[in-house]
Amino acid sequence: MNITLADLIPLLPLLIATGTAVVAMTVIGIKRSYSLTAGITIAGLLLATLSAVYLMPTTNAQVTPLMIVDQYSLFFTVLTCATAMFIAVFSFPYLASLDDHKEEYYLLLAIATIGAIVMVSSNHFVSTILGLETLSMSLYGMVAYTVHSEKSAKFPLEASVKYLVLSAAASGILLFGIALVYAQTGTLEFASLVNVDTETPGLGAGFTIAALILVFIGIAFKLSLTPFHMWTPDVYEGSPLPATTYLATIGKAAMFVVLLRFIEASDALSFDSVILVISLVAAASILAGNLLALLQNNLKRILAYSSIAHMGYLLIALVASYFVEGSISVEAVTFYLVAYVIMSAGAFGVASVVSSSEKEFDSIDDYKGLFWRSPWLAAVFTGMLLSLAGIPLTVGFIGKFYIFFAGVEAALWVLLAVLVIGSGIGLYYYLRIVYRMLLNADEEQGFSVAIGSNLSSHAVLALLFLLLVVLGVYPTPVVSIIETISTYIL
Amino acid sequence: MILVWLISILFVGGVIAWLSERINPNYPRLIALITVLLDLLLMFSLLGTDPAAGGWVASVDADWIPRFGISFYLAADGLSVLLLLLTAFLGVIAIGSAWDEIKEQTGFFYFNLLWTLAGVLGVFTALDLFLFFFFWEVMLIPMYFIIAIWGHENKNYAAMKFFIFTQVTGMLMLISILLLAYFHFVQTGVASFNYHDLLAVETGGRLEMWIMLGFFIAFTTKLPSVPFHSWLPDAHSQAPTAGSVILAGILLKTGAYGLIRFAVPLFPEASMSFAPIAMTLAAISILYCAKVAFAQADIKRLIAYTSVSHMGFVTLGVYAWNEQALQGAVMTMLAHGLSAAALFMLAGGLQHRIHTRNMLDMGGFWAKVPRMAVVALFFSVAALGMPGLGNFIGEFLALLGAFQANITLTVISAFGLIFASVYSLWVIQKVFQGEYSNSKFDDSHLSDLSRREMVYFGAMMIGLIWMGMYPQSFLELSQPVLVELISGTESAIAAVVQN
Repeated sequence: MNITLADLIPLLPLLIATGTAVVAMTVIGIKRSYSLTAGITIAGLLLATLSAVYLMPTTNAQVTPLMIVDQYSLFFTVLTCATAMFIAVFSFPYLASLDDHKEEYYLLLAIATIGAIVMVSSNHFVSTILGLETLSMSLYGMVAYTVHSEKSAKFPLEASVKYLVLSAAASGILLFGIALVYAQTGTLEFASLVNVDTETPGLGAGFTIAALILVFIGIAFKLSLTPFHMWTPDVYEGSPLPATTYLATIGKAAMFVVLLRFIEASDALSFDSVILVISLVAAASILAGNLLALLQNNLKRILAYSSIAHMGYLLIALVASYFVEGSISVEAVTFYLVAYVIMSAGAFGVASVVSSSEKEFDSIDDYKGLFWRSPWLAAVFTGMLLSLAGIPLTVGFIGKFYIFFAGVEAALWVLLAVLVIGSGIGLYYYLRIVYRMLLNADEEQGFSVAIGSNLSSHAVLALLFLLLVVLGVYPTPVVSIIETISTYIL
Repeated sequence: MILVWLISILFVGGVIAWLSERINPNYPRLIALITVLLDLLLMFSLLGTDPAAGGWVASVDADWIPRFGISFYLAADGLSVLLLLLTAFLGVIAIGSAWDEIKEQTGFFYFNLLWTLAGVLGVFTALDLFLFFFFWEVMLIPMYFIIAIWGHENKNYAAMKFFIFTQVTGMLMLISILLLAYFHFVQTGVASFNYHDLLAVETGGRLEMWIMLGFFIAFTTKLPSVPFHSWLPDAHSQAPTAGSVILAGILLKTGAYGLIRFAVPLFPEASMSFAPIAMTLAAISILYCAKVAFAQADIKRLIAYTSVSHMGFVTLGVYAWNEQALQGAVMTMLAHGLSAAALFMLAGGLQHRIHTRNMLDMGGFWAKVPRMAVVALFFSVAALGMPGLGNFIGEFLALLGAFQANITLTVISAFGLIFASVYSLWVIQKVFQGEYSNSKFDDSHLSDLSRREMVYFGAMMIGLIWMGMYPQSFLELSQPVLVELISGTESAIAAVVQN
């Protein structure tokens, strides 16, 4: 088929992000300038965000069989590009003192974003794999970026190799599942499995179920759902903070959008065994994530385990989507993803702002007395943590309300009970961090809290905090957008 | 509209108080006092208003999250007004008790204090169940901060326990609210969290009992009642005085209010078949916690257990569900609000002066601090239910009403009054009588009540005497509301009785 100019317009955000990477690379080739490269990347990502916002009201196109550009994918394109831009802003002061080439980091960040945009617009296994591998390849680089630095004491190489090996294994499982789908149907579209059951000629329902579960396991690895979560804490801890942020926000959100589209399009939940597997994984993730987080003293590891639990909460809404008529469950997933991205970016953002590539402040004891040293940072951090715990006045509460709503309508009593227990345990370790901040600091320790040095990072934190509170108190605008776009998924 | 003002004044006042600390660390307390007094004045205007249909003296209703049929719906009737007044009055008292005690981070302290009060006002007026839950949780966070920052030696544990208990049981209530809203959606095709809409929902069957239990557990955790009471002694003994005053005086009453306004009217059938169990729990609370109180050496823990014991009369009254019993429950809420707050202030005052709460070290204080001793005697006597004071009216009416519903449990519960005399007088004996010895503590700061403190205690004494001598002025306000609530559930209850 011929691709015309009109076909390209829906791909504008993707093209702009790609262009950003190319321009940034060329500029590095001509003249190495850290601030110029960062500036180009941030500007490019901003442009991509704006173009997606511009396209969103009117666009609904299947561009080639590989990519669907509808309001839903554009919504997540906005979220992805904006978050990538925020992370780029956080990265700038963080990497400024790195004693190594630091410009290429922004190339990796831009390319990872291309992968994420492809993933959120994918309804075909080929584009899923392309997007996923683009994202992962760039993340391996970002995770290991500080490896040559003498001063960085952490283990970026260990984290990167761990992520590489396990991620490749997961991709293998995913590909095997996809191969089984292909063997069954001869096509790689998500929707191909609809109406495949025992009566249809092919390899039989057993193979379909095996295919679905293998695909789910592959995705579960990337989402770090229990029992495929082992890599998460180590990789989170070893990576430089901005890379961790990227992994935790965009990496998770893009993958979940793929899972959601796949589950909804393939009607996978019409098999009881698939529902059983997903429910078990959800319950295990919530319990394991929350329980293991109790034992940690490292902020990144706590947030890693808490992200495992949050992915479990999201699965509840996903399972509910099969039992509930209408789009409420999809809306729940969507809203929770938005909330999750805001609060994770904010929580990691605070740690990024006070850290640098030379010294990361990632023990919870580093934040002792923060309330009295910097009320501003402490307020933002507390807000993010309370939101993760699902306390009102924050967006996390509305997100949790959505999940409860979907769960109650679907009558998933066991999963809801697990959710209540998990959230109860969760309170403990979030409050542990908050309590550290309330203590009196013994001595002048740790980091500088002056705002002057990186004004732009603080501005991003302020924006995230504003979103956190405004969406927590008056979520109606976003709720109605999500209500509209969710109809595209079903 | 006035209700929005009442709440937002506190929210804004809290922020201003926090910011004003930069200018002068003494400004926050002044601003907090002015804010709460302003609120109290505004509330008096509610007393003069003629009620609209249904008894609502003020209401405001606006769309909030239309996707779920959630509205910003606040309304106040006589019952709410009584509790609003109690909240603002004890707010002033709490600020008074913190006046000299809180020296560090004053701005943030008064910020939290005012935000807790704002959350409580929201709870007492919200008639959209989502909004109610929202305020229910909003009041927890500042209270957590008050205990965790300005508390005593074991504050982290106490604050965490308080938060987790109330939050987890709150989530059970959220599930119940959602189920109720879902039933409403199924039956009418419209999503709504409006109290009046949900009153009309037919739940029926076994599920109704489960939904009701979600509310019951959340409310009896806050109240608290056995077996969900174990957070309270820790929270009370570790909180600063103002925190204890607010906890005992106001926060516990939100649980009782929830039972009266939501738990029973929303699920009359399930509540009535559950009533014998609830009343048994109440009787256990009354007797068991009175016994445990007697075994305490820590004076604040002792008062905390007596609170649980007295709140048992509220549960007893609510689940008897007749006019007298409910009037008794409401009067107990008001009177206990004042007497418990005063006793915690006395205990806090003692701790502030001699840095110990251990009663075994105390004794013979009457000669040293005569005014304090007299005040303590007054409030102990009030708490044990002396006729002529508010607590007597409350507990007497509660027992009188409960007698019509369940004779056995009422008779057993009445022994609580005797136990109350025992532990109240035991405290007086232990602390104020006997041999004075300062070997276990430093008594250099052991001074009698100051004039300012006497003003607070005096105001609370007047309140209790008024309640005891002329309770009609309070009963009048709540009576039409309670009659309305009872008549709303009559047919359902008749059905249960027939079975």
